[in-house]
Order: sequence, then C-alpha cells, then structure tokens
Amino acid sequence: AYADAPFGLGRPALEEEIAAWDLDVSPDGTGLPVGSGDVFTGEEVFIENCAVCHGDFAEGRGNWPKLAGGDGSLADEDPLKTVGSYWPHLSTAWDYVNRSMPFGNAQSLTPDEVYGIVAYILYSNYLVEDDFVLSNENFTEIVLPNADGFIIDDREESEYAIWRAEPCMENCKDTVEITKRATVLDVTPDEEVTEEA
Amino acid sequence: MTSSFKGPKASRRQFLAGAAAIGAGAATGARAQTPDPLITEVQEWAQGLGEGVDATPYGMPIRFETDVVRRNVPWLTADPISSINFTPIHALDGTITPQGCAFERHHSGAIELSKDDYRLMINGLVDRPLVFTYADLERFPREQHVYFCECAANTGMEWAGAQLNGAQFTHGMIHNMEYTGVPLRTLLNEAGIQTEGKWVYVEGADASSNGRSIPMDKALDDVLVAFKANGEALRKEHGYPVRLVVPGWEGNMWVKWLRRIEVTTQAVESREETSKYTDTLADGTSRKWTWVMDAKSVVTSPSPQSPITHGPGPLVITGLAWSGHGKIKRVDVSTDGGKTWQQARLASEAGDKALSRFYLDINWDGSEMLLQSRAMDETGYVQPTKAQLREVRGLNSVYHNNCIQTWHVKSNGEAENVEVS
Repeated sequence: AYADAPFGLGRPALEEEIAAWDLDVSPDGTGLPVGSGDVFTGEEVFIENCAVCHGDFAEGRGNWPKLAGGDGSLADEDPLKTVGSYWPHLSTAWDYVNRSMPFGNAQSLTPDEVYGIVAYILYSNYLVEDDFVLSNENFTEIVLPNADGFIIDDREESEYAIWRAEPCMENCKDTVEITKRATVLDVTPDEEVTEEA
Repeated sequence: MTSSFKGPKASRRQFLAGAAAIGAGAATGARAQTPDPLITEVQEWAQGLGEGVDATPYGMPIRFETDVVRRNVPWLTADPISSINFTPIHALDGTITPQGCAFERHHSGAIELSKDDYRLMINGLVDRPLVFTYADLERFPREQHVYFCECAANTGMEWAGAQLNGAQFTHGMIHNMEYTGVPLRTLLNEAGIQTEGKWVYVEGADASSNGRSIPMDKALDDVLVAFKANGEALRKEHGYPVRLVVPGWEGNMWVKWLRRIEVTTQAVESREETSKYTDTLADGTSRKWTWVMDAKSVVTSPSPQSPITHGPGPLVITGLAWSGHGKIKRVDVSTDGGKTWQQARLASEAGDKALSRFYLDINWDGSEMLLQSRAMDETGYVQPTKAQLREVRGLNSVYHNNCIQTWHVKSNGEAENVEVS
C-alpha cells in the first residue's frame, strides 16, 4: 500500500553535518576546499607523517605502497603502478590522502598540509619543479601522465561475445601436460596444528 | 612473495594419518575381522551425561572442527590490517557460508560501531538530504535474498601460474549469505533523487572509507542496505550494523559500516576505482568499472586441503559455481584435464547471483586425475580457461580471474594445484 511513497522516516541533514562527512573530491575539482601548499612544506609534512612507510622520496619502504616511480612500466612484465605512472586523476590523490591517510591516523591533516603533500608527491614523480605551489585554483591544470590510460569495461564485446558458445564435451584435446605446480613455489602457509586441541 | 614457509607440514601429516586409516579399517564393504570396541564396549557418552543447555548461550563448532577456520597468507599484504583472509571452502558443503569463518577484507581494520552510534546520511542531488538512525532503517519495508560476495582479487595470485596450494587460498575470498535489508531504491526515494543524479557514491564509517561510485541503474535495481545476514546481525568484521549488498558485483563495492550515500552527476573516481580495482591489460591500458563477477566454479573436494583418504571406490566430487550475471545453468566436470567432460548435478535450484553446489559421484579406480570444473550461466557464458583469459588480458590484470582450476589428484589421493596445457 505504501509502494514508493516517502515514509517520513529520517530527519533533514544539517549543513554542518553534510560538510563534516561529504569530503570527496571529483576529477573536475568539485569538493576541493580553499587552500594551498608548496613542495618544500609538503616535504616536511611528508617526512613527519608519511615517510616511515612510503620512504623519504615516496619510493616506498618494505611492502608498503610506492607513490612515485614506474613511469612507462605499465606494459612490462612487472609493472610499477604509482600516482605518477598509473593514477588518472590528481583529485583522487588529494581526496584519499585527506580522508584516509596517514594509515592509523586518518583525517588528522589540514587542507593546506594535504595540498603540500600532494605537491610533494607530484615533485617526487618529476611532474613539477621544486618551487611549485599547489592550490585549489591551479589544481585542475595538472594532468597526470596516465590520464588517458583507462577504458570502460569492454568484456561484453571482447570476451562474452566469444565465450557464450556451446562448450566441447568429448575429444576436446589430444594431450594434457602439467605445466605448473604450486608445490614448486612452496609459499602456502602451513596449517597451525590444532588437531591435539 | 619473498618469504617462504618451511615449517612442519601439518597438512601432510594429517594426510598420512588419513592414509594410515585406510589400511586399518577402510576396505569398503569388507567383513570385520574382530568386533569393533566402539560398538561392543559401552562408551562414555552412552553412559554419562552431556552438557546442560545453559553451558553455551552462543556456541562455537565442536573442537574436532578447529581446522575449519579462516586463514591468512602473511606475504600477500604489508600488514594484517589492510588485508585479506580466506573462507575454508574446502571443508564446507551446501551453499550458505557460516558467518564465523566467512572471509574478511578490510582496508583499515574491522571497526566497532554500535547501533546507537550509527548514522546513515543521504545527500547530494536529492530533494531532502536525510540522516537515518539504525532504528529508522528497521522501519522501512524489508527484502531478503541470498547472494555471493566475491572479492575482485579472488584467485588473483594465480594469474602468473599455480601458486597457492588449496581451494581456500585460491578461491576462498568469497562468502554466500542470506541477507535481510532495505532496498537502496527505497532510501533514495525517501530523499527524492533529482533528475541530474546519475551515480551514487557510497562510503563506509571506517578510516579507509572505501568510497565507490555505482551507476544509478544498479542502485535502483537490486542493491540492498542490509543489516542481517544468515538470520542474525552482521558480524563486526562484515560491517555491523549496516553494509551494502551489491548482487553479482565485485566485493569491494559491498561497502561495510555504510555511513553515507551521495547522489552525483558523475563518478567520483575514488582511489578504490582508479588505483585499485582497475585491470591492466597487456598493452598497458587498463579497464575501469569492471563491476560484474563473471561465471566461475571450483572443485572444493577433492582438493589439496581435502585429499582422498578412503581409497578407490565411490567418490563424491563436489564444488561451487556462481555467476554475477544471474543463475548457474550447468556445471561440467572433467577428470582428465579437459579432454572429456560430463555434466555434474546441481544440489538445488540455482539462485540468482548466488553460490550453487554441484556434485559428481564417480567410482574412482585409484588412477591419477586432473580434476576441473566448468560453469555455464543463464546467459550462455561458459567459464574460460586461464589461457583464454590471458590471451585477452595478459598477466597483469590482478582482478577478475575466473579461470578453470585444475587439481592433480595422485593415486594416493593427495591433490595439488597445477596448471595444464
């Protein structure tokens, strides 16, 4: 009986509440707050908050993500995907750092600090000079190297059209050889022994 | 994958113990030589008393099943907080995944969020930006459905070769639950979608936020804002008290601890749909918005963690099949590496975008097998081989590996993850 009618549940969201939670930034710059940060200030903030995992030059430490390098490697056997080599939009870097970094202490940075960090990441990827200042005003002028590197899911044409076919049931191939074995790599964790529990 | 694991081979010990049991009592249908004391002597459980009904207000599995647990693979990620673990699918049957061992994938850990503290906001291109409490959500008309949630990276470690030795590790980033919740459509209607609203951006209450963009068509179709799974509240690690259920689509979009839904004109192109969950092809370009999980299957037993311990004779081959495009129509099984196939039987009527259980009962003669399963869904799509996938995509797609899996079953019943020509 209710069908699609509004139920009158919930209450209006206040402007302050929307401002507190709606932080996302889109590729066209929608959502960016007023602010700015330069490479040198960004480096200081980065060393203080980020370098312990991501390295002094955003090159990554241990198994933690590398934020710089890898340009031209995407078609390699072992591509290195970073902000500079892979990410299409600078907005994503700003948005993600602002909302979810540093890991374990997210949402602790000011907008100016985020502008500085993002400027420093650009510098670490050799995309700007060391006197560069990033702000909400010049933000959308930055075009990342892999901006055109993405296509929308094309499986419908490139895969489904081919693989929607009646499959072979008998005499499907003459020979079958084992070409790879997981036990050669031997990287599967052993079971913790609990059988005596 | 710099580290390797050279500890005691518990799984092998267990296997050998099983093999020894064959010698002791197995011989199917054979006449006993001496009376079985488990029958002829009165056992303790037949004489004394068991536990009272007040012993266990909320129970755990019996201690003999302690191997049926989530497992992780430490070398896969930098730390165990933004990481993955695996459902023990090799030991389960049927289709419903017990919540307590259903896999987890977090980006900043499993947070604790009470119903009292919970808030859900709808904002953006809506007539009435709204805030809901948990209690509000329970007052909307509900629906209930069974769906699989498969991580986009399930089987991702197997792109380059046969790597991890067990169905739990190769195919266990999946669970299948019966959800109760409110259609996302109902909540969007409550706020009133404006005509320019073409996408919704959804995010969680955790530090990672896990924000993703979903096109409005899908949002208005079958997406659920769920608060119950398998009859009870969501587990903390699965998004308590509220998560998004996005039927058929990659698990990353099933945002947990859902806190905000924003109606937008365009995709936000967040980190989780640019840096991650994009699939790089051989020429270096990458697919984005590869939302649907294609038809897939795996034999769960026999498999490396579930060897044959009973010797030749009747053998149940069983496994799971699923498709993000709809229902599973049929599953074929090969015991000779794909030379010949026979149709398995589905245990029950296939669900829409849900796990299906299949069985093939054979009389095993004790010879080696190369076991494979091949799913077909209601669109006629047939699960491809890894070679077919690689031909289109190359080796670096990371996500969406739905290839046919091969287990090499040896004559002693042990099984290994292999690739075949």
